[in-house]
Amino acid sequence: MSAFLFWLFALVMLGFGAAVVINRNPIASALSLVLCFMGLSALFMSLDAFFIGIIQVLVYAGAVIVLFLFIIMLLDLRVEERRKINVVAVVGGSVVALVFFLQVYSVVGQLSAAKQPFPALGSAKTDDVHNVGLLLFTNYNLPFQIIGVLVLVATIGVIVLSKRELR
Amino acid sequence: MITLGHYLIVSGLLFTIGFAGVLLRRNIIIIFMSLELMLNAANLSLVAFSRFRVDSAGMPDYNGQVFVFFIITVAAAEVAVGLAIIVALYRARQTTHVEDVSTLKF
Repeated sequence: MSAFLFWLFALVMLGFGAAVVINRNPIASALSLVLCFMGLSALFMSLDAFFIGIIQVLVYAGAVIVLFLFIIMLLDLRVEERRKINVVAVVGGSVVALVFFLQVYSVVGQLSAAKQPFPALGSAKTDDVHNVGLLLFTNYNLPFQIIGVLVLVATIGVIVLSKRELR
Repeated sequence: MITLGHYLIVSGLLFTIGFAGVLLRRNIIIIFMSLELMLNAANLSLVAFSRFRVDSAGMPDYNGQVFVFFIITVAAAEVAVGLAIIVALYRARQTTHVEDVSTLKF
């Protein structure tokens, strides 16, 4: 795991993550979100989680962002017009976010494990699709089936919500 | 040398960006994208912890990666339902601005 690549992809991820929040055009935000998730997927791969990295690209960049863009273009959202900014809310929100980050920083600073480097893997070739799949269908079989029911419920819910006569 | 702490700090920063987006932005679709950022920040720390806990056979702890798999699945279902709600809201009110939808506000 090269330090240069870590900083590069962390910078890509955080930079485009900030662009999601800063952009006033929703389409630009959605496209920044794609690049942010690409950086995140590269970070997953730097942690030897190749399966999760690929799933991240397939599900988020492939499905979720397309859904976002589809809805943004369907609703024909323009660049939002500038409204009167509620100064108290903006300052309060920034302070709360900053305090939250400082709290995370201090907790990670006190964690002794956070200063140790990652231990080496036994073999260079980790068969992580096999191992995640094995765990998913043995230890986590019941949660896996519950997730299946959840997706079914979500599908039915979306169809009901999209009915035109909904009041 | 990149340690576990670096990944946790980056994950915390990504969560903070998403948190700030939810608090500061007023467009409901941007708020929804910020929620996705926060979910993915949690995924990053889970995968970092999974890589950190290497067992005696030299394998990472795959339980963390299974959790990430579940989170991604639930997040995809959540996006579908949430966007359907936004479309229903837009049909009823012709707006995606949270300050225009304040019926439930105390």
